[in-house]
Amino acid sequence: MSTTVATSAAQEPRRPDKPGKAPATARAISENRLGLRLVAPAVILMLLVTAWPMIQALYLSMFRYRLTAPDDKEFVGLGNYTTILGDSLFWRDTFNTVLIMVITVAIELVIGFAFAMVMHRIIFARGLMRTAILIPYGIITVVSAFAWQFTFSVNNGWVNGWFAWLPWIGPDTNWFGDHWPAMFAIMVSEIWKTTPFMSLLLLAGLSQVSEDMLEAAKVDGATWWQRLFKVILPNMRAAIMVAVLFRALDAFRIFDNIFVMTRGAQNTESSSFLTYRQVIEQLQLGLGSALSVLLFLSVLLLAWLIVKLFRVDLAQARGEG
Amino acid sequence: MKKNNLGTGVGFVLILVWCLLPVAWIISLSFKSPEETAAGSDQFLPKEATLQNYRDILDNPDFLDALRNSFGIALIATFLSVVFATLAAYAIARLEFRGKKAVLSLALAIAMFPVVALVGPLFDMWRTFGLFNTWPGLIIPYMSFTLPLAIWTLAAFFREIPWELEQAAQVDGATSWQAFRKVIVPLAAPGVFTAAILTFFFAWNEFVLAISLTSTTGSRTVPAQLSYFVGPDPFNPPYGQLATASVVVTIPIIIIVLIFQRKIVAGLTSGAVKG
Repeated sequence: MSTTVATSAAQEPRRPDKPGKAPATARAISENRLGLRLVAPAVILMLLVTAWPMIQALYLSMFRYRLTAPDDKEFVGLGNYTTILGDSLFWRDTFNTVLIMVITVAIELVIGFAFAMVMHRIIFARGLMRTAILIPYGIITVVSAFAWQFTFSVNNGWVNGWFAWLPWIGPDTNWFGDHWPAMFAIMVSEIWKTTPFMSLLLLAGLSQVSEDMLEAAKVDGATWWQRLFKVILPNMRAAIMVAVLFRALDAFRIFDNIFVMTRGAQNTESSSFLTYRQVIEQLQLGLGSALSVLLFLSVLLLAWLIVKLFRVDLAQARGEG
Repeated sequence: MKKNNLGTGVGFVLILVWCLLPVAWIISLSFKSPEETAAGSDQFLPKEATLQNYRDILDNPDFLDALRNSFGIALIATFLSVVFATLAAYAIARLEFRGKKAVLSLALAIAMFPVVALVGPLFDMWRTFGLFNTWPGLIIPYMSFTLPLAIWTLAAFFREIPWELEQAAQVDGATSWQAFRKVIVPLAAPGVFTAAILTFFFAWNEFVLAISLTSTTGSRTVPAQLSYFVGPDPFNPPYGQLATASVVVTIPIIIIVLIFQRKIVAGLTSGAVKG
């Protein structure tokens, strides 16, 4: 590639005026047309599978409609929504989801930052480290869920044996027999799988913190903690916020781990799992669609809250400005 | 400084253990004999290593079908998604046109979209269109959901390309299209490749749609098949076989990571932080 670039430099004298300086109107029009044509397939595809089904869901959510009894389709207006919002199951699952989101993202932020610090400083075995970090990232979530389910298994796991010295763990501690231990196992799998993504985003932010500034702070006698909280973290704000936004929205959609590890037993169901269960297992398309709409609105609300609260400039953060 | 190096070294070991222990665990489990896991065993390494699970799993037609479906669906979705994303990202990085901001906002919104919310309506639509339980029934949504990531990654790469080359070609009489095809495509190939890897990971990993929009091994992918692979006794799943299947489907990921680690890291963080 570098040779090609070198050739380009050789051709430099032929370069015309700066782009956009004097574009002929005809040229601007054709450029506009080409641009639209190039993005059209992608835009159509993205809308086809999201916007159109979402409109469909909005429509279906106003009906009592069960696939096993299609003839009983009946318009109920906002009936499905009042049913859902008045049901404690919905609120319990929402609470579970928010809890999982807050705890996992907070822990990932801490572990991910520690990882990023190590990766930033390390001068040996960088390749090995990158490989190790990327394996959880690339591994199938279902596989991660199985690996951790077996880790916590009563019969075949190693956690009970290795951690028997802890007072609350014995040889027959059943991690999936109770709400909190099962939630713990689910969160461990989620954290293991997604911390690498977090740490790589944070590493990118960390490498943009100016060394000069750190050096200056050091010379001025700032302690390690002061440098961390007054120099490094404020300068990584954009990276941290983007990482939190993406991971939080991702964690809010948690499904795979719960499906594999508990199937929602011990009250570990999440909002996504509830929606799935209504639609696919109960074939309640009307009620399920209403849940889908509510889930969509929650994600929108969440995204809006994070962007507003932390004043994330996404356009700038993603380099689209 | 010395203390820092020590800390970094300890951190390095901790990271390796944290990332690789679960992988080592499923590998170890995959070599345990069915008798050992059925009786229950609390030791990490197998009492007696055996290849029985590998023989069983590679003889299992359902697993092989799922493997074929996964490869086929993921590769086709990746290819198509990257083609469309390349076109779009080129336009975004390079051309002035109305609605550019709208396209980027749309991509961002779709990246955050809760996939489960689509399960109901898509299930209904796909049955009407005859796409339920088919390869295209999964390929189409996979393309839609990987396009945002692919578009961002590619747009970030395309911004780094020396565009004078394209102008030079245009001055020499090439049209915008020719300049794109003959000059930019070869330069952009590394970025395109990175986007393809990230897209492949997504399609290979996807689970929600895979269990909702399929009903037989004719189109069920590996993650979905694994979740159905619990065997006759749900309280005592075939640990060894599940672990073995997990190892088998993780091998392609490990190979890709080993070869392309630099590209993957660059792709994941490209354009993510330009504060």
